[in-house]
Amino acid sequence: MELPGLFTYWIVVVLMMTGFYVVIAQGNLVKKVVGLNIFQVSVFVFYISMSKVKGGTAPILEDGIEVYANPLPHVLILTAIVVGIATTALGLALVVRIRETYGTVEEDEINAREREP
Amino acid sequence: MIAAQLPALQVVMPLLAAPLCVVIRRTAPAWSLALVVTWACLAVSIALLIQVLDGGTISYEIGGWAAPWGIEYRVDLASAFVLVIVSAIGSVVMPFARVSVVREVAPDRIYLFYTMYLLCLTGLLGIAITGDAFNLFVFLEISSLSSYVLISLGRDRRALTAAYRYLIMGTIGATFYIIGVGMMYMMTGTLNIADLATLIPAVADTRTIQVALAFLTVGVSLKLALFPLHLWLPNAYAFAPSVVTAFLAATATKVAVYVLVRIYFTVFGAVQLLETMPVRGVLLGLALVGMFAASAVAIFQNDVKRMLAYSSVAQVGYMVLGISFATVTGLTGGLVHLFNHALMKCALFMAMGCIVLRIGSVHIRDLDGLGKRMPLTMAAFVVGGLSLIGLPLTVGFVSKWYLVQAALEQDWWPVALLVMLSSLLAVAYVWRIVEAAYFRPVPAGAPAVQEAPVSMLLPMWLLAGACVYFGIDATRTLEVATNAALFLLEGVR
Repeated sequence: MELPGLFTYWIVVVLMMTGFYVVIAQGNLVKKVVGLNIFQVSVFVFYISMSKVKGGTAPILEDGIEVYANPLPHVLILTAIVVGIATTALGLALVVRIRETYGTVEEDEINAREREP
Repeated sequence: MIAAQLPALQVVMPLLAAPLCVVIRRTAPAWSLALVVTWACLAVSIALLIQVLDGGTISYEIGGWAAPWGIEYRVDLASAFVLVIVSAIGSVVMPFARVSVVREVAPDRIYLFYTMYLLCLTGLLGIAITGDAFNLFVFLEISSLSSYVLISLGRDRRALTAAYRYLIMGTIGATFYIIGVGMMYMMTGTLNIADLATLIPAVADTRTIQVALAFLTVGVSLKLALFPLHLWLPNAYAFAPSVVTAFLAATATKVAVYVLVRIYFTVFGAVQLLETMPVRGVLLGLALVGMFAASAVAIFQNDVKRMLAYSSVAQVGYMVLGISFATVTGLTGGLVHLFNHALMKCALFMAMGCIVLRIGSVHIRDLDGLGKRMPLTMAAFVVGGLSLIGLPLTVGFVSKWYLVQAALEQDWWPVALLVMLSSLLAVAYVWRIVEAAYFRPVPAGAPAVQEAPVSMLLPMWLLAGACVYFGIDATRTLEVATNAALFLLEGVR
């Protein structure tokens, strides 16, 4: 019944949990950032799906267009994407510097090296 | 008329000064610019507080777009109070920073330090001033991203992993926050906080709003380091440069507490959230466990900065405890503790900065006999430590007095007892440092140590003095905090 209509929301849930799991379970710092990205993208999809209006088109000012999607979440997500890029860039920059000083990007090896005096 | 534009200036000044610091590149001019801008921010926030005290809530439409469609800056008593805390700490830390940063940050990165510092200040002030839930997220990320960079500037290589860990946890927290905002938007079609407050009651019983509340609570709790979501905090505070720790410890978690207060008492104010949903028990329980667990861990830390970081987690417990009472006395205690804890923790971490400057370490074994070698620094530390314990005539006593009273008002005497017992744990960890500094001899053959320079002593003693001043005469702070609490609870009552 509602499955096709709620399909995107199921995708959101799956992506969110996948990303979250990768962040928690992965020991590789780069993969953690990837997981974080998937996690954030799920929220983008969530916002975009909720702005959809049944039978609506793109929100363009034009004759004959009366039903259109809510443009506000799109704009919000543009901002959130920018924030996401900044976070990813900073996260990866930190990983580069961690790799320079520790010589590894694996969490357990870093922990072992931190315990050395 | 400049008075009408103050809300915009509050955020725009540090925001514009930040890229200017990059353009300037040279250390001394960048510092001067940051100094001028932070003190101007303090002036603006005090002017705003006076305006609010005189004329009530200020609403400012950014770009002339009317709320609830446009972004609204809304300064009420609670936000004006937080603005003053943040900008006061931001400006007092600045004179301290000049010498300390040279010692602890690589010379070619100092101008970037000031850039990030100003951006972080922008974000924190923005969170407090904005009346728009999504705009709040943007400011949250501005302050968070810049604080990750600030932490990673520490000389110890563990600063990098601490910053990375904070980045992961902080981003998860912020993302949880926008999931919650998105769900509220789904149900109400608005992002304006005041507008949300009027629309939420009609849909409060839906599962979407309840899930939104859960996401918001967990997301913000990550940011404010509520036990057990505090794991990022100890290392981040311990390995960041001392100036950064002094600034963040006094402002970042406080602003997150403010966000929690906003969500609970403004957005969900009319729903009587704490009475109708099982939120109160959760907050109360976590706050109490945090107060004891974090204090107990602090006792066994040998790195004093780490010890103070754990103590911060415990102190956040007191603030959240104040929120969980949901009474005027309790919320006043929580809000006044925001201010009081900012004063004492900033002074304590500044003392650490002085010690790092002269000795190069804050390990407890290096503090032997320091009371004789750096008398002024250690005396300031003792004043801050006594406040942390909550001794009468210090600010810590005022907040704890209110929290105990709030607990007794509701006949929660075990809670009152626990608040007092947890202070004993603070005695234990503060005593360890006092013992090392005053009751152990100066190690033989230790190099002569100079007292910290005046530019660092002065800000530190200003805060330590404020700890005593507002401990003896708390009328002014309590007046603002009580009125802010009353204002916030109007939605509840």
